[in-house]
Amino acid sequence: MCALCGVLGGSDHWADAPARPGVFSRTGDPLERRRERARRVSAANRILRLYGMTLSDWQSSAFTLSTATGKTGLVDDLSHLWAVAEKLLGRACDPLDPVLLARLGSARD
Amino acid sequence: MTEAIPLFTPVTLLTGFLGSGKTTLLRRLLADPALADTAVLINEFGEIGLDHHLLERIDDRTVLLASGCLCCTVRGELADAVRDLHSRRERGSIPPFRRLVIESTGLADPFPVLTTFHADPVLKHHFRMVGVVTTVDAVNGAATLARHAESVKQVAVADRIVLTKTDIATSAASASLARRVRALNPAATFSRADDAAHLSDLLTPSTGMRDAASADWIAAELQSATPLSAHATSITAFALTFATPLDWTAFALWLSMLLHRHGTQVLRVKGILNVAGTDMPVAIHGVQHLVHPPTHMQAWPDGDRHSRLVFIVDGLAREAIEQSLATFCGVHAGVG
Repeated sequence: MCALCGVLGGSDHWADAPARPGVFSRTGDPLERRRERARRVSAANRILRLYGMTLSDWQSSAFTLSTATGKTGLVDDLSHLWAVAEKLLGRACDPLDPVLLARLGSARD
Repeated sequence: MTEAIPLFTPVTLLTGFLGSGKTTLLRRLLADPALADTAVLINEFGEIGLDHHLLERIDDRTVLLASGCLCCTVRGELADAVRDLHSRRERGSIPPFRRLVIESTGLADPFPVLTTFHADPVLKHHFRMVGVVTTVDAVNGAATLARHAESVKQVAVADRIVLTKTDIATSAASASLARRVRALNPAATFSRADDAAHLSDLLTPSTGMRDAASADWIAAELQSATPLSAHATSITAFALTFATPLDWTAFALWLSMLLHRHGTQVLRVKGILNVAGTDMPVAIHGVQHLVHPPTHMQAWPDGDRHSRLVFIVDGLAREAIEQSLATFCGVHAGVG
């Protein structure tokens, strides 16, 4: 737990699995963990900007997700990201949506 | 000398439809001296529990949860019962056990049991789900699969499938059912209850076998001209392969988004991934919304460095998932 703000640390998400023998993890080394968080923010924003939202790292312990109008939610990990995004957005975020895939494909090109 | 208690006690869920031979199989397993240090938790739907008597092993390591179903009415009691077993083992008031088997009711959805061990703040530090064993009755199994969605789900999420009552079924019926079950869950290992040589393997952690089974099935799928899963059901199984190494961050975002929106329809996802920047393959394994921590495999099966993903889905189109993954991760699916 953070001694200053009282935020509980540690994520239960499979992509943040604690480094143990045999487990593939990018959380074992502090530097690698921070790099992965930066990559995650960057990759998530490529998708989220198509919904008009932006993800930012918060204190290396959580993320903030904001809409263009300033509505903001706190995100603990990837398991919460899409639930918070849908709540702020008021509609579903569907990775199988053909319109989303077309826009994402165009943005990648 | 007594072996030390493992850091994480392996937990196996034994499921299968009503009357499919779960208790008979469990009784045979517990008769094996190699599996003597096994705690058992039995859940029955009826008011009066009988299965623990049928087991013929009543001791402090056998717990009965009666009058309800694990996946709904007594779900909280499951966590309490396992915590209590753990606590009594730590205090030394029961003989130490090295593994736990949970026999569910024949009507139970396996998924809530799996999530209990993942989500409970105490259990997740002491227990690990290592496999789902599903019994399928060779006499009534085909009719049960046709009529009861619960039984289809029990087969779809299994790591190991045991065909029971083959001694009283015709060989043609057994073979037909075996094909049907394999099509529903091609990535599970498959055995017959009368094959004593493999019985004790059912309770051992199954990661290695699962990886090998997945690799075998994917190879068969790729060589097959017709889909293995062409059956009159909305549940289908398919494999995707990718030659380009996957961006792990993009993949994790994609899978988390897919499971958030469609998790109840993704009955199983398992795969061997070539992750960019990592030499060894990474194995992933998930059931609906629950994904286990990814693991490093020791070597590439057959030296093939393609990423391979197996999906067992209910009502989702293969093409949609394939296109979505390709777009999110910037890779192209296909062989070669």
